[in-house]
Amino acid sequence: METFFSGKAWVYGDNVDTDVIIPARYLVTSDEKALAEHCMEDIDETFACGVLKGDIISAGNNFGCGSSREHAPISIKGSGVSCVVAKSFARIFYRNAINIGLPILECSETDRISKGDIIEIDLAEGSITNKTKGETYYAKPFPEFLQELIGLGGLVPYVQARLSEQSTVQE
Amino acid sequence: MAMTLAEAIIARHTKDPVEPGAICRVSVDFAFTNDITGPPAIKEFKKMGATKVFDPMRCAILPDHFSPAKDIASAEQIKECRVFADEQEMLFWDVGRVGVEHAFLPENGLVLPGEIILGADSHTCTHGAMGALATGVGSTDLAAAWALGETWLRVPETMKVSYEGTPSEWICGKDMILALIGKIGVEGARYMALEFHGETLAELDLDDRFTLSNMAIEAGGKTGLINPDEKLLKYASARASRHFEPLFADKDAVYAKSISIDVTGMEPQVAMPHLPDNVKGVSEVTGTPVDQVFIGSCTNGRLSDLRVAAKILKGKKVYKKTRLMVIPASYEVYRAAMKEGLFDIFLDAGASISTPSCGPCLGGHLGILASGERCVSTSNRNFVGRMGSPKSEVVLAGPMVAAASAVAGHICHPREIV
Repeated sequence: METFFSGKAWVYGDNVDTDVIIPARYLVTSDEKALAEHCMEDIDETFACGVLKGDIISAGNNFGCGSSREHAPISIKGSGVSCVVAKSFARIFYRNAINIGLPILECSETDRISKGDIIEIDLAEGSITNKTKGETYYAKPFPEFLQELIGLGGLVPYVQARLSEQSTVQE
Repeated sequence: MAMTLAEAIIARHTKDPVEPGAICRVSVDFAFTNDITGPPAIKEFKKMGATKVFDPMRCAILPDHFSPAKDIASAEQIKECRVFADEQEMLFWDVGRVGVEHAFLPENGLVLPGEIILGADSHTCTHGAMGALATGVGSTDLAAAWALGETWLRVPETMKVSYEGTPSEWICGKDMILALIGKIGVEGARYMALEFHGETLAELDLDDRFTLSNMAIEAGGKTGLINPDEKLLKYASARASRHFEPLFADKDAVYAKSISIDVTGMEPQVAMPHLPDNVKGVSEVTGTPVDQVFIGSCTNGRLSDLRVAAKILKGKKVYKKTRLMVIPASYEVYRAAMKEGLFDIFLDAGASISTPSCGPCLGGHLGILASGERCVSTSNRNFVGRMGSPKSEVVLAGPMVAAASAVAGHICHPREIV
């Protein structure tokens, strides 16, 4: 799994909900690219057409609140965003992002990041370096179990491993 | 150690040590998706290399969001769910039999006290009113639960919410939960379980309790638990599809936070755009024009909701520039409302009545808003674009305020209409 990213920042405030990340009118598919075309469009019409591979989203508290739709982190991942950094995440979005392998970091200093700042992220270190401002911020470390899950590449490989353990036991 | 209800339920389902903040591997009693979250769950289930769901009688798909299929793409999604459910011989109900999932499942005794329930729908917290640790997850988590019959949970800290006092006749569960969300904010209970208590709660009927638990997620909560009482156990026993053993919080359980809300003298509450914590007393916003009113959803589409709305609408007409949509949340509710004559009242008033579905709540169908329009809705979210155009507005309210606003054509206190 890639652990080093670099890109420009897209900045949003508190309580970015999953309805604005991907409106329900587009939930007639779960295709990553199709969803990405409409990512964030109800709060930022410039995002879907302007986002480049590696860019990051920086936000305030409670990012991803609302619906359980996994289409929200899928659309962000599909848009090419490498990582979402927020002061806090709503719990279902937090699980979903880890499960599908969209890197997220909890960091209390996202107010320091301005739109367009060039950001480098080192997931292994949990560091967020703002090249534009010459500053480095650190993310809150994940609980041990989640580090394992992230290391495996998400929930799918975890379940694959568990199922093959079960079938070995049965044999 | 004395335990909160969330802790007691997790402890029964795990071998891991249970304390707030700990991550536990727990067994799951029931796991379901809807027609939006179903297809990605099916895809991930197959990717996991799983072939059979852990127990076909404890795994379900309920097509309620875009059903009856609103277009070709949603028809394809529902078809995918139907085919998978058929292959797995798991629970699936089609149009004419299913209802809004969070109304249908308790009615059919499929979520029960003391259980752990996972739903790929954020309003799964509704079933906390059944005394179950019920929480919303995404499709991949749900697929894992189908495959393994278990999941991981972080043991939540619990916030104790006590409702005290005597409410006026204009107050219902919706006002009580909006008052809480207005007080603690949309992330006031983030990662926490809510546990509802108090003398007012004891008097509340089950429909209103479901409304309370339903909106726990709107404060960021993992679930909204209510300790089973005689009323709930009677309901659950009469409908149970399997054996269950209720659990209760210990009297000396330790709560991370306690909050008390006095309902005496409370006026009906509404949440103005665009967050559920933008809560006002109805008198503060009386007169705000309304284009559409929606009475329904997993929050307020149950029989008692329709009854109190009908009481206000009886002999009245919906304002000529306003439209009223009524969507009973299940066929059980639909039939009961019809038999009681509520449909005549709605139709005489000039309302539409649609088949059970989530309908316009999440901007699916059956009442989407155009730009510049405002809807008073008994549902649970008023985010930007939630019910249609990103330039429309949703105001959340209880069924009495909704019905009264439909008659007045503007937001108003139901007492002004009756």
